[in-house]
Amino acid sequence: MQISARHLDKITIFDISGDIDLATSPELRKPLLRELRELRTPRVVLNLKAVRYIDSSGVASLVEGLKASRDVGSRFILFGLNTTVREVLQLSKLVRIFEICESEEQAVAT
Amino acid sequence: MSGRSLLLRMELRSNPETLCVVRGAVAQLTERLGFSEPECRATVLGIDEALTNIIRHAYAGHPDRPIEVLFRRIRTSSCGKNGEALEIVLEDRGKKVDRAKLCGRALEDVKPGGLGLHFIRESMDALEFRRRKGRNQLRLVKFLPIPEPPAGS
Repeated sequence: MQISARHLDKITIFDISGDIDLATSPELRKPLLRELRELRTPRVVLNLKAVRYIDSSGVASLVEGLKASRDVGSRFILFGLNTTVREVLQLSKLVRIFEICESEEQAVAT
Repeated sequence: MSGRSLLLRMELRSNPETLCVVRGAVAQLTERLGFSEPECRATVLGIDEALTNIIRHAYAGHPDRPIEVLFRRIRTSSCGKNGEALEIVLEDRGKKVDRAKLCGRALEDVKPGGLGLHFIRESMDALEFRRRKGRNQLRLVKFLPIPEPPAGS
């Protein structure tokens, strides 16, 4: 898995690619929680377009990110969900708790 | 026909880095067996989650413990269905699994963790757990797609 951050005014966009599983989810969790808990960035956006696979560890990291955003009053937005990621989030029955946008433009504008 | 033929046998270490290798092999195997793309993805997810549970719970994250995975093509009756299926047996020598934890948790609780077993149940047609001779054995079954009748028949 690769993760990189872009900064746009008070928004941070994380571009994530590859597989998010037991081996790699800590690499997602750490920068996400830092951005929210320490830097208190008002809006954190995750670009999941290039994610090939996500398992329960990955979904747990997203839930942790969401909870941290609620604790500090930030917004936590996902976009670019491909079939694989969407299927897993739907299977978790947690898809409804996330703010999901169709595009980056929508995620930064809404 | 014996009704049970070995397709693949894997001997792994409980290192999370090997999960991607197993996923690749399972994706190829399920594709060869004729599963649809969503069914291939579901089977990959179910097996990946089963291995993740072994690594996290049976072996408490130790990366060098043995795991054996057998893939067989079988004929079986389960869940009111009868037919050919892919049987996957995962065996570890870790600590005894707490049966109470095999019930999973209510999905209404929005919290990280505890989703793995739910994913396994949703992805597979049958799941059985047993403890035998100091080993945990998890058996998963996924029915094969029913072949289309030949054209004109």
